[in-house]
Amino acid sequence: MKTICLYFQVHQPWRLKTYRFFNIGNDHNYLDDLSNRAIMQKIARECYLPMNSLLLRLINENKGAFRISFSLTGTVVEQFKLYAPEVLESFKALVNTGCVELLAETYSHSLAALSSEEDFKEQVQLHTKMLKKEFGVKPKAFRNTELIYSDAIGAMAAEMGFKTILAEGAKHILGWKTPDYVYASAENQALRVLLRNYKLSDDIAFRFSNQSWDEYPLTANKYASWLAAAEGEVINLFMDYETFGEHQKAATGIFDFVKALPKEVLSNPELCFATVSETAEKYQPVSVLHCPHAMSWADEERDITAWLGNDLQNEAFGKLYSLRDKVKSLHNADYDYVWNFLQTSDHFYYMATKWLSDGDVHSYFNPYGSSYEAFINYMNVFSDFQIEVEKQITEKKKRKKNA
Amino acid sequence: MRVLMFGWEFPPHIAGGLGTACYGMTRGLARNDVGVTFVMPHASGDEDERFIRIVNASDVETVFGNVSEDSSDIVEKLSFIHIDSNMVPYLSPEDYVSYHDEFVKTGSRFWETGDIWSQRYTFSGKYGANLLEEVARYAIVAAQVAKNLEGQFDVIHAHDWLTYFAGIAAKRVSGKPLVVHMHATEFDRSGENINTRTYSIERAGMQAADRVIAVSNLTRKIVIERYGIPAHKVVTVHNAVRFAEKDLAVPERGVEDKVVTFLGRITFQKGPDYFVEAAAKVLKRVKNVRFVMAGSGDMMNHVIRRVARLGISDRFHFTGFLRGDNVQKMFQLSDVYVMPSVSEPFGISPLEAMRSNVPVIISKQSGVAEVLTYAVKVDYWDVDAMADAIYGLITYPALSKMFATKGLEEVTGLKWNNAAAKIKRVYEDAINENNQNTK
Repeated sequence: MKTICLYFQVHQPWRLKTYRFFNIGNDHNYLDDLSNRAIMQKIARECYLPMNSLLLRLINENKGAFRISFSLTGTVVEQFKLYAPEVLESFKALVNTGCVELLAETYSHSLAALSSEEDFKEQVQLHTKMLKKEFGVKPKAFRNTELIYSDAIGAMAAEMGFKTILAEGAKHILGWKTPDYVYASAENQALRVLLRNYKLSDDIAFRFSNQSWDEYPLTANKYASWLAAAEGEVINLFMDYETFGEHQKAATGIFDFVKALPKEVLSNPELCFATVSETAEKYQPVSVLHCPHAMSWADEERDITAWLGNDLQNEAFGKLYSLRDKVKSLHNADYDYVWNFLQTSDHFYYMATKWLSDGDVHSYFNPYGSSYEAFINYMNVFSDFQIEVEKQITEKKKRKKNA
Repeated sequence: MRVLMFGWEFPPHIAGGLGTACYGMTRGLARNDVGVTFVMPHASGDEDERFIRIVNASDVETVFGNVSEDSSDIVEKLSFIHIDSNMVPYLSPEDYVSYHDEFVKTGSRFWETGDIWSQRYTFSGKYGANLLEEVARYAIVAAQVAKNLEGQFDVIHAHDWLTYFAGIAAKRVSGKPLVVHMHATEFDRSGENINTRTYSIERAGMQAADRVIAVSNLTRKIVIERYGIPAHKVVTVHNAVRFAEKDLAVPERGVEDKVVTFLGRITFQKGPDYFVEAAAKVLKRVKNVRFVMAGSGDMMNHVIRRVARLGISDRFHFTGFLRGDNVQKMFQLSDVYVMPSVSEPFGISPLEAMRSNVPVIISKQSGVAEVLTYAVKVDYWDVDAMADAIYGLITYPALSKMFATKGLEEVTGLKWNNAAAKIKRVYEDAINENNQNTK
C-alpha cells in the first residue's frame, strides 16, 4: 500500500506601490491597492473558486478516500477578507469536510527562520492564532516558507510542538536515497520529515502544458500509472495552489486532469490518499535526514540564494530585522501590520540577480523592471517606516515622562 | 549681425546641460543684437521625406513656457532649422552602432540605455548605419543649408564635435568665418581611453575654425596642450545660467534629516562613487543626514551595489532620472549639493543649486570652480575632504548660511547677457580677421 500525499501552498504577497524618495516622510500608504485587488480577484476567479468547488465535489464523491492538505499564509487570508470573502468561505467548507488538513507556516510567508529563533516563533505563533480564529483548527504539521529547511529549523519547529515538517527532496541532501519514505529530522528525531518528490510534482506544476515535453499530453491515467510504478511507501506531491488555473490555465485541461485523478488512483488497490499528518504517522521513519545548511524548493540550486544571494538582498534583510525590537516595543497593531507585510519573502525574491537557469520563473513573478528597482523601492518604503517607528518611540517616551 | 548656429538640442528636448546653455546663449545674443538661425538634428521617426524643416521660434515650446511669451525681441531674432537625423547628444560611436543594430533587429524606434528610468529618443532607420557616416551626411545637408541661406549670416558657430563637419562644410560653401565651441573634450568623456576618431574630428574642427571658444580655462588648457591648437585662437567664455522666471512653491519637506544631494548622470565622468564613499564616512559620525543620488546612467547599478555593501541603504536614496519641475524640487529639498566630477568642462548644476539657496561642494577639476568663490572646492578623489566639508555644512548653521546667501548673490551675477557679449566680441574678431585675409 502506497500513500499519495497532496499538499498545496496558497500565498499572495502584499505588493508595494512605486514609492519615490519624494514620498518619504509624507506618505505612509505603501501598498499598491489597485494591483493587489486586481490580482487577487483574477486569481480567485481563475483558480481559487473553481478549484475549491472541484475539490469539494471530489471529496464528497469519494466519501473520505480523497484527502488533501493546504497551508494558507496570513497575508493571503488578509487579502481574501478584503477582496474575495467568498474564497475564504469555500476554504472553510473544505476544512469542514474533515478530509482536509491545514498546516502551520510563517504568517507573512517570511524568511524569519533565517533571521532568529525569536522572529521565527513570533511569525509561526501569529499564523497558528490566525488558523484558530478563522478555521478553528490547531495545526500539528509545519511547513516553512518556500520549503526552507535545515536541521536547526526542524529543531525549532519540533520545540514548538509540531510532529511533522515538510522539505524538498533535494538531490544534494538525499544522494542515492529516494524521497518516497518518511524520514526523521537530525537534531530532534521525534520530528518526521516528508520530502517532496520534485520529479512527479513538477510534472504537474511545470510540465503539464509543455507541448515539447515527450510525455505531453499528461493524462490522469498515465500519471496514476507512474504513481503506481514508483518505489517506496509515500509519494509527496507538493505544489503552489496557483498551479491550477493560473500557472496552468483552464484551457490546458488542468481541471479535467484533477477531476479524473482521484478515480484513477483509487481504482488501484495499492494506492491511497492521506493528509500530511496521517501520512507521517502511518509509517516508521527509514532513516535520519541530515541537512546542516538551509535548502528550499526554489530554483535549480534548491538553496536560499533566490532570497539571500546578493548584497542587495542581504542589506535589505539585515536592515529589516535590525528594526524588530523597536517595532515590538510599540505594541501597536498598525505598526505590526506593516512589519508583517514587509517581511514577506517575495520582496527579496524581486531583488534576485541570478538569471541563468531560473530567470524565466523569476521574471514571471516579478512586477519590477530590475532587481535594482525592486531594491530602491523597498528601501524607500522601509526608510519611511523606520522614521515613523522612531517618531512613535520618541512620542511614547515623552508621554511616559509627562505621566 | 546674424549667426548660423549648429547645435544639437534645445529645450524642452534636452538630455544635459548643452541644451540649456544653447537656450541661454541664444537669448543673450538676441539681447546683444545678434540674430541666430539655429540648426539642429531632429529625428521625427515618422519617415518624413523632407530633410530640412524651418521652424519658427514661436512654435518651439520650452520648459520655461512658450518662447513667444513676453520675449518678442527674441522671436524676431531667432529661427530654427530642423535637419532630420539620428544624432543625439552624449552618444559614442559604439552606442550608435548598438542602437542601429537594435533597430534593424527589432524595429524599436526608441533609444534606451538599459538602466532604469533612463531617457528615450526616437530613432529612425532611414539614416546612416554608423554615427560617423551620419555625421558626414549631416555635414552635406548643412552645406545645402548654408548655400540656401547665402548672404543671410555673417559667422558660423558650431557646438561640440558632432556638428564640426557641418560647420566646416558651411564655411567652405559660404566663405564665412567659423567659430567652434568646446563644451566638453573627448578626454572629459572617456578619461585617457579616448576614441581616436572622435578626437580627430574635434581636432579637425578646431584647426579649421577661426576661433575656438572653451567653456573654462581648464578646457582651454586641454585644447591647447592636447589638441595642439594655437593659443591665440582659443578664448575662454564661461557659461552663465538663466533661471526660470517663476519660482516653484517650496515642496513639503518629508524628512527632518539634512539632505545631501548628487544630481547628474551617474557615469564615470561625474564621480558618483566618490560621493558614496564620502557619504559612508559622514554617516559614521552623524545620524541625522540622508544622501540622495538623482539621475541615471551606466554606473547606477554599480553604485547601488556599493551602497548595499556599505550597509547605508536606509540613508542613501535613489530617485532615478528627474524631469522638469522635479529637478528644482530636488534642489529645494537639499541642504548641501555635491558635484564630485572627475572631469567637468564647466558644470551648470551647482549654479542651479546655489540659486535655490543651497550651499555647494564642487570638485577642483570642474570649470565652474573658476568662476565661483562661495563654493567649497575639493579634489574629486579626496573623499576625506569631501566628507569633512559635508559634515561642516550640515553641522554648523553659520557656515551653511554664509555659503547660501553669498552664493545666491554670486550666482545671480552670472548673466548670459555678459557671456553673450564676450561671444559677440569673438564673432567680431573672427569676422575682421576673415575680411583682412580675403582682401
